[in-house]
Amino acid sequence: MNVSYEWLKELVDVSVSPEELMDKVSRTGIEVDSVTRLGEGLKKVVVGKVASLRDHPDSDHLKIAMVDTGDDELRQIVCGAPNIEAGQTVVVALPGARIGGNEKIKRGKMRGVVSDGMICALQELGFSDAIAPKSFDAGIYVFDEPLTPGSDALAALGMDDAVLDFEITPNRADALGMRGVAWEVGATYGNKPHFTDQPVTETGKPVSDYLTATVADPTDAPAYQMRVVDNITIKDSPLWLQRRLWNAGVRPINNIVDVTNLIMLGYGQPLHAFDYAKLGSQEILVRRAKAGEALTTLDGNDHELDPDDIVITNGQQPVALAGVMGGLNSEITATTTTVVIESAMFAPTNIRKTALKYNLRSQASSRFEKGVDVGSINLALDEAARLMAELGDGTVATGTLSATAVKPEPTVVDISLDRINHVLGTSLDAATVTGIFEQLGFGVTEADGLFAVAVPTRRWDIHIEADLIEEVARIYGYDNLPNTLPTTTMTIGAFTPQQARLRRTRRLLEGLGLTQAITYSLVSDEQAGWFELTPSEQTAVAFPMTTDHSALRRNLLAGLIDAVQYNLARKQTDIALYEQGRVFPRSAGHSRPEENEYVAGVLTGNLLSKTWHQAAQAVDFYAVKGIVAHLLADFRLATPVQYLPLTTDAHLHPGQSAKLMLGGETIGLIGRLHPAFEQAEGLPATYVFELNLSALMKTDRAEVLAQPAPKFPAVTRDIAIQVAKTVDNATIEATIRAAGGKYLQSITLFDVYEGAHIAPGQKSLAYTLTYLNEAATLTDEQVTTAFDKVVAALQEHVGASIR
Amino acid sequence: MDLKSRLEALRDENQQKIHHISDLDELNQVRVSLLGKKGPITEVLRGMRDLAPEERPKVGEFANQIKAELQANLQERRAALEAAMIQKRLEQETIDVTLPGDEVVAGTPHILQQIMDDVEEFFIGQGYQVIDGPEVEEDHYNFEMLNIPKDHPARDMQDTFYIDSQLLMRSQTSPVQARTLEKHDFSKGPLKMISPGRVYRRDTDDATHSHQFHQIEGLVIDRHITMADLKGTLLALAQHVFGAERKIRLRPSFFPFTEPSVEVDVSCFRCGGVGCAICKYSGWIEVLGAGMVHPNVLTAAGVDADVYGGFAFGLGPDRFAMLKYGIDDIRSFYQGDVRFLRQFQQEG
Repeated sequence: MNVSYEWLKELVDVSVSPEELMDKVSRTGIEVDSVTRLGEGLKKVVVGKVASLRDHPDSDHLKIAMVDTGDDELRQIVCGAPNIEAGQTVVVALPGARIGGNEKIKRGKMRGVVSDGMICALQELGFSDAIAPKSFDAGIYVFDEPLTPGSDALAALGMDDAVLDFEITPNRADALGMRGVAWEVGATYGNKPHFTDQPVTETGKPVSDYLTATVADPTDAPAYQMRVVDNITIKDSPLWLQRRLWNAGVRPINNIVDVTNLIMLGYGQPLHAFDYAKLGSQEILVRRAKAGEALTTLDGNDHELDPDDIVITNGQQPVALAGVMGGLNSEITATTTTVVIESAMFAPTNIRKTALKYNLRSQASSRFEKGVDVGSINLALDEAARLMAELGDGTVATGTLSATAVKPEPTVVDISLDRINHVLGTSLDAATVTGIFEQLGFGVTEADGLFAVAVPTRRWDIHIEADLIEEVARIYGYDNLPNTLPTTTMTIGAFTPQQARLRRTRRLLEGLGLTQAITYSLVSDEQAGWFELTPSEQTAVAFPMTTDHSALRRNLLAGLIDAVQYNLARKQTDIALYEQGRVFPRSAGHSRPEENEYVAGVLTGNLLSKTWHQAAQAVDFYAVKGIVAHLLADFRLATPVQYLPLTTDAHLHPGQSAKLMLGGETIGLIGRLHPAFEQAEGLPATYVFELNLSALMKTDRAEVLAQPAPKFPAVTRDIAIQVAKTVDNATIEATIRAAGGKYLQSITLFDVYEGAHIAPGQKSLAYTLTYLNEAATLTDEQVTTAFDKVVAALQEHVGASIR
Repeated sequence: MDLKSRLEALRDENQQKIHHISDLDELNQVRVSLLGKKGPITEVLRGMRDLAPEERPKVGEFANQIKAELQANLQERRAALEAAMIQKRLEQETIDVTLPGDEVVAGTPHILQQIMDDVEEFFIGQGYQVIDGPEVEEDHYNFEMLNIPKDHPARDMQDTFYIDSQLLMRSQTSPVQARTLEKHDFSKGPLKMISPGRVYRRDTDDATHSHQFHQIEGLVIDRHITMADLKGTLLALAQHVFGAERKIRLRPSFFPFTEPSVEVDVSCFRCGGVGCAICKYSGWIEVLGAGMVHPNVLTAAGVDADVYGGFAFGLGPDRFAMLKYGIDDIRSFYQGDVRFLRQFQQEG
């Protein structure tokens, strides 16, 4: 809501500057975003009177104007505007003037003729087309009243007026009119607004001679009031009115339309004016639209209506979309002579839906959908009729058509002083609180700390205790509230085990060199289902903003791969990122997806870069597996995780990927991206892992029981074996363990060799076996016996030859 | 020469010799040859049998004295040689300590995570619980329970990603509060909670808008919770996050789930309140929204609004981070540029 400082001062005493007002009102009531002036930065723009006009000798459209700008001599200005005429009062930018777009005006020549300034259109002063009066679309602006040549044109145009941008929240729709703003400003400073309501003079025929008005369902239009103004002449509005409109951001059209807008701005009550002659009947009927019923709105667009829309009809055809926009078929035009004015209150939800549905949100609809002051409906209507008659030389028909009406009665809300102090943490006394209610213009009676507050209809947002407490708090001043902390019975603040585990997981990964990324939960339809550990259904949003963010991810890796590409495009080639967040798998037949906590990582390039002292360490499968193993070890799982070859994921290298199995459930994966996928995405060798933390957090943990440090020494034996390449390490270790006997403590692989020095299809592995007897020193014989069993088992079960 | 003179001569001669010994091997040889059983001192002492018996102890004593002196000389020389050797070794082993150390790679927590962790720890310290809730939420909890019925104009303020008519991507973390409020047993004590997490709105991503961002919302409900408690809590939070000298101010605002509702400004942490580009020369920066819980919200959750009441607040970690670190593009948080992410080494 653009609030003119000049207009505001007519309604309430304001003794501070617009900037001070902005600050104060923002602190106590409604946020004011800015103070602007249309004429900011403009200078040397004056009123001029065109004394004479002649044709330019070398041009078929330029004119040479002699203009009185209050100087001793007339000023010669060359002008190309088609609407310039001798005798006009116009806007002149003098040499040295600064006009819109920060343009500077200089004395110059146009086709050989000296031009000592410029006659301006309002657009040239910085007016947007949205506020420049329609009548001067094709040329310079012409004042409709005589002004002193040489006087300040910016002042005459109201461009020096400060405009305060009130950011109205949905609850304060009462301030969507100047009167509401005046009440608010008055309450802030303890000044009562002074409004003048001039009586409407009814000199015409009874309004019932013109038409009848009926509302089919009063819940659609609880108040519906009409007046008629006859014998109107359509013309431009006077300057004072135009000024108010453009400073409020509204474009002047003609005297009738302008009055409806002025009244809306003044009272917050949207009005609509119909051309009586075009109604084609003597009847107004407010009803729901029929399915498929057609209406062309004022903007020229055709709409096919439905029964959620409230329409104003002439008894047969719609002539307006109630509260949203008028119909083209009843528009006020230059030939209109009889005007029907509507002032009403419509069902907010229907207005909102209709405006949204047809993309017709307007100043009127946005007010109706937040509600209007029932106390202003007829005040606004009367003032509109009076002003239209005055500005259009017309007569007001006698009486008002009242199809439906709401009696404007104050809302009484009771509240106790104790309650106010209890909620605010204050110790205000009754007199202070009474004073605040009075300052707000509310009726108040108090007895024994109990207030009965009569809230006027203009503050329809207030109906419960909490609303009154807010009014007291803001006028008393939030700065004046004490600062305390809640005093309650004891509460313990602590993270849940899951929260602590997620934090710990993040810390561990950071310690292992991975940087945390946060990518988008919404990914493309395709990405959403990549790398799924267990197949599930897709969940998508109904109206995505882009196809890149249309579905809920079921993996974290797609987003991380996007991040890798983002980095590669910026020449960052060593990347180790992880994300901890949720995935959203959905079971068939359920509408709601599950939400599982996952962690995933993506690594490419070098883990360690080459330095003077260190060789570079490139990422490979085993580096990533080491990270995952470390993370899993921290869970202290009761049963170990198994790594099985993963050959079926289309995005993973079938020979370098593993799935992680825990008690029959797939809880994660590790692998290199599929070379074809890497190539398609422009990625170098890239390794990934992903773990289902929700599943891991649910899994049983191994118990921790203290063990004394061994009292007896451990004995180690090394074994090197040669086996077929197809025999994997897990099988060999399982074989060793099975045959290892009770003293075998650990198996450590310390060498793997494949290549020239070994038979094709074979490989060599070497292990250190560590034996320990907790109760005694192991003898050589004991170890040898155990070791020989392992050797035999390896020979028998995995076809190993001992090297 | 008498024995005494010979001993003195031996001493003087060998002291010179010892002084010129240049390594430990030589020193050992000298020691053996000088003090051994076949050494010159022993040789001299053999001549004692020609002395008068009363002279013998004197000479013997003198000889031992000379021997001790020479031993001391040898010991001294050994120490000097060893010191020189160590010195030489140290010189050889001296390195350039200004060469860079080995790279130890540690990752960095995301700056949004750091802010959330910080705020969470602050409230844990104040006896709050941290409660997580679903990101896919029901319309019922995201809106209806929070006093935002269907077709309420406030729904315009947040355009929401719907999945179907009932399910949506939560547009705020307050539904977690509604869920918790509904379940909380007030006979067991007050409710003091915060709910952090991701939220989603139908916005076109640009420098200042993101369809995904984060929120932390707090809720305290008990029998005697006041707006002054809200103000004190937020002041403590602002001072924790933005510095101990910060002040706050409350301005009236509107949120459907609180009444009164306020927006909260913190005094500018760049300029201290005198005015700068960060605070747009106002000295204040808007950092969060808050208010006293609307009775409709309590009633909807089955809590007696005549007995219980309290406050709620919400803040945006994305906004906090942008303000605190001068980040001008919200998309930076979600693009994963390692240079951006790694600059925020953890504080404190």
